[in-house]
Amino acid sequence: MKILVCISAVPDTTSKINFTADQKSLDTSGIQFVINPNDEFGLTRAVWFKEQQGAEVHIATVGEASVEPIMRKALAIGADKAFRIDTHPSDGFLVAQALSEQIKKETYDLVICGRESIDYNGNMVPGLIASHCGYSFINTCTGLTIDGDKAAATREIDGGSETLETSLPLVIGAQKGLVEESDLKIPNMRGIMSARTKPLEVVTPSNPKALTEDLSFEKPASKGEVTLIEEGNIDQLIELLHKEAKVL
Amino acid sequence: MSVLVYLESENKAYKKSAYELASYASAIASQLSTEAIGLVINNDTPESIGGLNQIISISNESLHTFTAERYASLLSAAFDKSGAQYLVISSSADSKYIGGMIAAQSGSSFIPNVIALPENIEGKTAFKRTVFTNKGFAYTSSKSDRCIIGLSKNSFGVHENDVTSKVEIMTFELNEDRVTVTNQTTADGKATIADADIVVSAGRGLKGPENWHLVEDLAEVLGAATACSKPVSDLGWRPHSEHVGQTGKPVATNLYIAIGISGAIQHLAGINASKVKVVINNDPEAPFFKAADYGIVGDAFTVVPQLIEKLKVFKAQNA
Ligand SMILES: Cc1cc2nc3c(=O)[nH]c(=O)nc-3n(C[C@H](O)[C@H](O)[C@H](O)COP(=O)(O)OP(=O)(O)OC[C@H]3O[C@@H](n4cnc5c(N)ncnc54)[C@H](O)[C@@H]3O)c2cc1C
Repeated sequence: MKILVCISAVPDTTSKINFTADQKSLDTSGIQFVINPNDEFGLTRAVWFKEQQGAEVHIATVGEASVEPIMRKALAIGADKAFRIDTHPSDGFLVAQALSEQIKKETYDLVICGRESIDYNGNMVPGLIASHCGYSFINTCTGLTIDGDKAAATREIDGGSETLETSLPLVIGAQKGLVEESDLKIPNMRGIMSARTKPLEVVTPSNPKALTEDLSFEKPASKGEVTLIEEGNIDQLIELLHKEAKVL
Repeated sequence: MSVLVYLESENKAYKKSAYELASYASAIASQLSTEAIGLVINNDTPESIGGLNQIISISNESLHTFTAERYASLLSAAFDKSGAQYLVISSSADSKYIGGMIAAQSGSSFIPNVIALPENIEGKTAFKRTVFTNKGFAYTSSKSDRCIIGLSKNSFGVHENDVTSKVEIMTFELNEDRVTVTNQTTADGKATIADADIVVSAGRGLKGPENWHLVEDLAEVLGAATACSKPVSDLGWRPHSEHVGQTGKPVATNLYIAIGISGAIQHLAGINASKVKVVINNDPEAPFFKAADYGIVGDAFTVVPQLIEKLKVFKAQNA
């Protein structure tokens, strides 16, 4: 079984988000980039398939050389080989097109993306890849087993869950639940050492195109002061929620 | 170039989100001086909704359960056939599933998490959307003539309108889906985080799963959905499906009540789109007080039972 995990580099979840003075892009000063959390769940499941079922695990990231440290981290966690697709990831369409080109070249049984990346929250890359490559697609995937060319999965739906069956090749949108939080791997020394010598190939994409353009960014307006209510005065809270906020 | 809007159904009736979606689509259509057309699947007698001029109703036995490939190809075929400029979809799990697939099949672009009507920026039509999980906004324009708009829940509101929608029945050829649904589990009759007007959420401050009756009782009085912070689901006190925040479910509800939650940046990012936030926490320094509209500094184990009792009285008086 050959697996590709698509990984995006996103600001660490503790980051305060600021934009450049011209409001045209993210101000990256002081921001630490990490593996997108949804992708990390996917990567961990892929490494499980490697350990339990002998899968070969590749990763791919669309981005400039600055993303290589997080790719090395993914190799240290257990991926075998990495492809950096060398272009600026300006929107989900460009990213999906660049990845699909690579997927068609290599052909995979399973492609794992995060259900969304927590920076631009696009929600579209896995669905676009599945359509471009003609693979089946299961989103918000919280469980996946593979037996031969058959896959069984669970998916989170609004207010519940669903079990599904399909055959490979398959694209999934990974999220929390696919593996337990406690199974997430912190790379150990051996992993980090071996990651240095694992292949990281730089690929030039043919000519992927963005279909959207972010014209400008802005931060949310700062919030007003909280109205504090005395512990013994719960009637006042109900009154305020009813009359002032009008939510009761 | 009309505006098409996909209105989701549940038990052969509109889902709650459909009313906001139809209102939004009608508003874009009137900005563009064109028509708004609803698309309805498996709701045989769709009522007039949100000022739509026309509703295309598609019924087919095999569409009873949602399967992504079928629904995506159907919506993409309808989008192509209608010649519409925009296709508006909701932010439900199902619509997020198929957004990218429809975009690929119809060759259109897709702007998700939109929270407002389009405006003109630098001569381009721009849609305001949330990015960085509510830590910022982007004004995004489409480079393609046709574009799918994913509307965030609770961002536009429902605007009543008494236009009568003309209903037209359409049939489409459907292919088999390669993914089959073998089983579905939903908590029937319980409000869901995706749909509820009120969400009651608790964190590690509740000390253990045995105390969650407080959360459930409060939710029941309010007809609210229940949610929790990440560590609570990691500890197994509550199911993962209740985890809200930057790495869990987003919440955009009218009223969010946080009990014993400190208000870490990852938690706040995920719930910030909620209109009114109430915090109950015994630590006056808890960061949640900076993000909330109303707060009580106090012990959850004394405040919440009182709140439940007082709300019961309030509900009885205002029923
Ligand atoms: C990569 C990453 C992603 C994350 N994503 C998320 C996410 O999506 N969602 C999320 O929620 N968190 C997320 N977190 C975790 C986040 O950083 C916090 O650790 C978490 O939100 C804290 O949960 P809590 O508020 O329940 O617990 P705590 O921080 O332990 O807070 C408990 C609160 O309860 C109060 N309390 C205690 N006893 C009482 C009492 N008797 N009555 C009233 N109040 C009481 C305390 O004063 C305290 O403020 C993430 C962290 C990381 C590293």
